[in-house]
Amino acid sequence: MARYVVNRLAQAIMLLVIVSGIGFAVLHMAPGGPLSQFAASAQMTQEDLDRVTRQLGLDRPLPIQYLDWFGRMLKGDWGRSYRDGEAVLSVISSHLGATLELMATATIIAVLLGCWIGILGALRRYSLFDALATVGAMIALSIPTFWFGLVTIYVFSVKLGWLPSGNRETVGDGSFLDLLHHLIAPAMVLALVETAMWGRFMRSSMLEVINQDYIRTARAKGMPEWRILTVHALRNALLPMITVAGLQLPTLLGGALVAETVFTWPGMGRLFLDSIGYRDYPVVMGILMFSATMVLIGSLLADILYAVVDPRIRVG
Amino acid sequence: MATAVLSTAQLAPGQAAWRRFRRHRLALAGAVIILVLVLGSAFGPYLLPFDDTYIDIMKRFAPPLSGAHILGTDELGRDVLARLMMGGRVSLSIGIVAMVIAMAVGIVVGAFAGFYGGVVGAVLMRLVDAVLCFPTIFLLLALAALTEPGLVTTTVLIAATAWMAVARVVEAQVRSLREREFAVAALAFGSSNLRIMFRELVPNAIAPIVVAATLNVAKAILLESYVSYLGYGIQPPAASWGNMLNNAQIYLTSAPWLAIAPGVAITLAVTSFNFLGDGLRDALDPRMNIP
Repeated sequence: MARYVVNRLAQAIMLLVIVSGIGFAVLHMAPGGPLSQFAASAQMTQEDLDRVTRQLGLDRPLPIQYLDWFGRMLKGDWGRSYRDGEAVLSVISSHLGATLELMATATIIAVLLGCWIGILGALRRYSLFDALATVGAMIALSIPTFWFGLVTIYVFSVKLGWLPSGNRETVGDGSFLDLLHHLIAPAMVLALVETAMWGRFMRSSMLEVINQDYIRTARAKGMPEWRILTVHALRNALLPMITVAGLQLPTLLGGALVAETVFTWPGMGRLFLDSIGYRDYPVVMGILMFSATMVLIGSLLADILYAVVDPRIRVG
Repeated sequence: MATAVLSTAQLAPGQAAWRRFRRHRLALAGAVIILVLVLGSAFGPYLLPFDDTYIDIMKRFAPPLSGAHILGTDELGRDVLARLMMGGRVSLSIGIVAMVIAMAVGIVVGAFAGFYGGVVGAVLMRLVDAVLCFPTIFLLLALAALTEPGLVTTTVLIAATAWMAVARVVEAQVRSLREREFAVAALAFGSSNLRIMFRELVPNAIAPIVVAATLNVAKAILLESYVSYLGYGIQPPAASWGNMLNNAQIYLTSAPWLAIAPGVAITLAVTSFNFLGDGLRDALDPRMNIP
């Protein structure tokens, strides 16, 4: 087990190095590179620019610059926002809570609903429910999230007036019920795609399990059907879902960005889009690297957790 | 079951695949819808009396089916149907061209990684893993923000964020096909590595490649709609299904039809390509030929 974890950890660190390399390349693709902020000012003379270049160490060879940048990233020095001079990491962390709240709620909805649909679809394979769920999942995966958000606002805010059309709380209120009221629509929109994916994975996992020999054996020895399903089938079918949770993270983060934009939700995705609008490259780069690192850690945790619950993985 | 296997075994592989595909009604429906969308976008604008960029401020916000404008007009009095058709040209072309570029990159990377394996393969595939760590929309928006927006940039950037899945598929295929007799025979003939890779191995992996390509078009159309909706893709006055939804949120209360038509078009196109890909997977899956 320890060997597997160390192995997987080494892989993740190597990936992080490549990911940071891509991030560094993107940073230098920016017009004017890291100098753009200073070059934009009309009062800067060429002489000033040269001085800043030397001060920031931008006259050094690229590999040295990369090592320096990567080292500072590891130490938590992610640069400062062009907008207000605040440290990038603290800007991100002040927006992270809202995003995590949205993502967690959507995930809970998606896991419960998706697993239920997937299990039922697998048990009643080729039934009307299964057909509708399969087609529905495909459509859910094809609807642009932002458009589904617009439709949700139109129906539930404009027409029915049940839900607020955006923001995380009513100014001056902010009670738990008020927060919940604001959370429903964006979480629902974000959960749509996730539910479809969980449903599809759960269905195929369950189908694989219920055709196994040990299920037939359990049935042959006269075990009650509910016990076969819960103890034997479900427990084994749920195992691979751990991997799905890890795989979902990039989609979830991307979906959160869109949902946050449509519902003016003050999270990391919206911050990212605002920062792009302001050409605030340090924050843009910071969030890009932060989200990639989150995905990396997420899949690492999923793999390790899977190895803990399924011994076949760590031996093989 | 044995008779079914026999009856398909007597057919040419292409015919058998076509039979399986025909059984997949949703995929067939998807193909028909795609055809309608493509033809409508290609020839529709010639049949309409309105130009997609013609501004008629007196007739702004005309609701659908009121007068000559079938789908109504937008905030500048432009005909929504004309914009939908011209937008379809842009969105569908981006979907298909981005797919072609992504396939080319993915096939080359996957073929080299799968064929050579070892250090080359490991490095290339870790690069694939690394790019996949970035949530697609974040990477796409960051790149789009750093470049001049437009048709070409949008297409290239979408391709740049969509080739990795293809590379994975091709790598796995090439790695397993490399050991097969026909590949070894080609090597014994003295074929060059490049020839074996692209004339022997890749053509033998064509089924999963075609499926990946179809699903890739769906993904590219969806991504175009995201970046254009967020303002970093196709720029007005040119229309795309994504950027038609740009202002739709502002006018959601007064002119909801502006949000409906493009959204339905995107969903239809993406769903159709996804169903088509699903059907092709069932039809082309070679495992079904093995009794």
